[in-house]
Amino acid sequence: MNRLANRLLQMLVTLIGVSFLTFCLAYLAPGDPAAMLLESADTIVSEEVLQKTREELGLDKPFLVQYGNWAAGLLRGDMGMSYSAKKPVAEKLSEGFVGTILLAFVTVVFVLIISIPLGIWSAVHQNGWQDYLVRFFSFIGVSMPNFWLGLILLYIFGLKLGLFPIASSTVTAKGIILPAITLAIYQSTKYVRQVRTVILDELHQDYVTGARARGLSESAILFKHVLPNAVLPLITLLGMSIGWLLGGVAVIEIVFSWPGMGNMAVRAIMMRDYPLIEGFVLWIAVVYMLINFLVDMSYSYLDPKLRKGEQR
Amino acid sequence: MIETFKKNRLFAIYSAAVLVILFVAIFAPYLAPQDPFDGNMRNVLQPPSAEHLLGTDKLGRDTLSRIIAGTQVSLFMTICLVILLAIVGSLVGITSGYFGGKVEMILMRFADMMLAFPGVVLAIAIAGILGGSVVNTIIALLAVGWAKYARLVRSLVIKLRHNDFIIAAQVNGTKTVNILWRHVLPNILPMVVITGAMDIGTMMMEIAGLSFLGFGAQPPTPEWGLMLNEGRQYIQTAPWLMIYPGAAIFLVVATFNLWGDSLRDVLDPRQQ
Repeated sequence: MNRLANRLLQMLVTLIGVSFLTFCLAYLAPGDPAAMLLESADTIVSEEVLQKTREELGLDKPFLVQYGNWAAGLLRGDMGMSYSAKKPVAEKLSEGFVGTILLAFVTVVFVLIISIPLGIWSAVHQNGWQDYLVRFFSFIGVSMPNFWLGLILLYIFGLKLGLFPIASSTVTAKGIILPAITLAIYQSTKYVRQVRTVILDELHQDYVTGARARGLSESAILFKHVLPNAVLPLITLLGMSIGWLLGGVAVIEIVFSWPGMGNMAVRAIMMRDYPLIEGFVLWIAVVYMLINFLVDMSYSYLDPKLRKGEQR
Repeated sequence: MIETFKKNRLFAIYSAAVLVILFVAIFAPYLAPQDPFDGNMRNVLQPPSAEHLLGTDKLGRDTLSRIIAGTQVSLFMTICLVILLAIVGSLVGITSGYFGGKVEMILMRFADMMLAFPGVVLAIAIAGILGGSVVNTIIALLAVGWAKYARLVRSLVIKLRHNDFIIAAQVNGTKTVNILWRHVLPNILPMVVITGAMDIGTMMMEIAGLSFLGFGAQPPTPEWGLMLNEGRQYIQTAPWLMIYPGAAIFLVVATFNLWGDSLRDVLDPRQQ
């Protein structure tokens, strides 16, 4: 229980730190959000109007007061108003969140479909041609910028073959395939190596030698003994990659014009929509840490050794 | 040195490839067949031809020349970034590892905070808010990347601190600065260099990614990520604008990844 409290405290500290950092940056950054806002609304910008807008947005107050007000708002569940959309930040975020979480989910499914069989295949045939083939592709993928891969897939399957839409302004089943595959290929190149390592580790355990000595078939050893033991580390590694996905999708969302949080965030940054940027960074931080936390918890739940250790 | 290359043939090959890239980067202005900045408006969006081997862009600039010039920009940014990461990480790591106490606690809490957060998101936010430029890209990636190095160096220093030769130096009354400079630093340097070398490819891709989003180098800088971003709008009419800059990133990143891996094998045979 103590460990849990400690962990939660650390998460809280990280959240405060990260939000404070973004707030600092927004405060110090060049460019006046009030002016940006007025210009985007085609208002004639006079000093008087500017001053009034700054007051309305609370931008005339000292830095710490601004941060305090914002944090107090958060506790009430109010993340402020987006300058550019004139909507509550929470509403904008939830719009984008659906797209991103769907994309992340479909990507994870693809990652599992690609990596698990390939990882096992290359581990079972360690140092055979199969292994080299998988490792070769994994290396190619690691060195390939994922936005370039996305553009190429878009060019081939979207433009040349016309199989998929080249831009999706709304969430559609057809539109999700290409971005998800792009992300999945990139993620798989890393994950497949990890699967291979985990399976190899298990294959070198004594119980495998024992099972072989008892005359069990190789496939029985693999599916009945090795895989169940490999599930734990594989879940942890996958959990970490989900965290990466939530952050790393921004570029891919831009490539495919996918209506997700990353796309929204990039636009918010261009518009200097600080409340929205702050909300986005904070939200990603919360989700990321929550996933890591859940992964850790599932780990100690699934692993009897750790479960015992915690009771003591 | 020559012995090392003889024993590690792969490392020699990759090092040669890296040298070729460095050569291109350093002598880019002389190697580029045409001026990477000066376009000819009568010659826009031309497909690859004998005159323009990789075609021209929307301002009629030669893509090949821009890619060659981009080698310099990308490599310069990446090497600056990795060196700064190593320096900042080592300073923080040595300070917290050697002196310990409250300083260590504060610095490491800070590092943990950075590590407990998806770096890409923060880098985008920092680079975006500061405004896109070469320097701001480096600042953004430095701000999110130093923690990894600091953690690594700290753990190395802690292991080192209780070694006899350090204690002997302390008992002899060697100045702390000298202990750190002459005894601690040389011992942690190989690991820092390995980590840095293996990070070059990743960092190059992250720099290109930020530029691709418009938060890195600004036009008319011939930066690969930015070129991809500009070429993206012409994906239908001028696909060469998106294919070749990406291929350049891929080739260079792949070379540095191979080189980094083999450097690790050479410097740190235990890992094999």
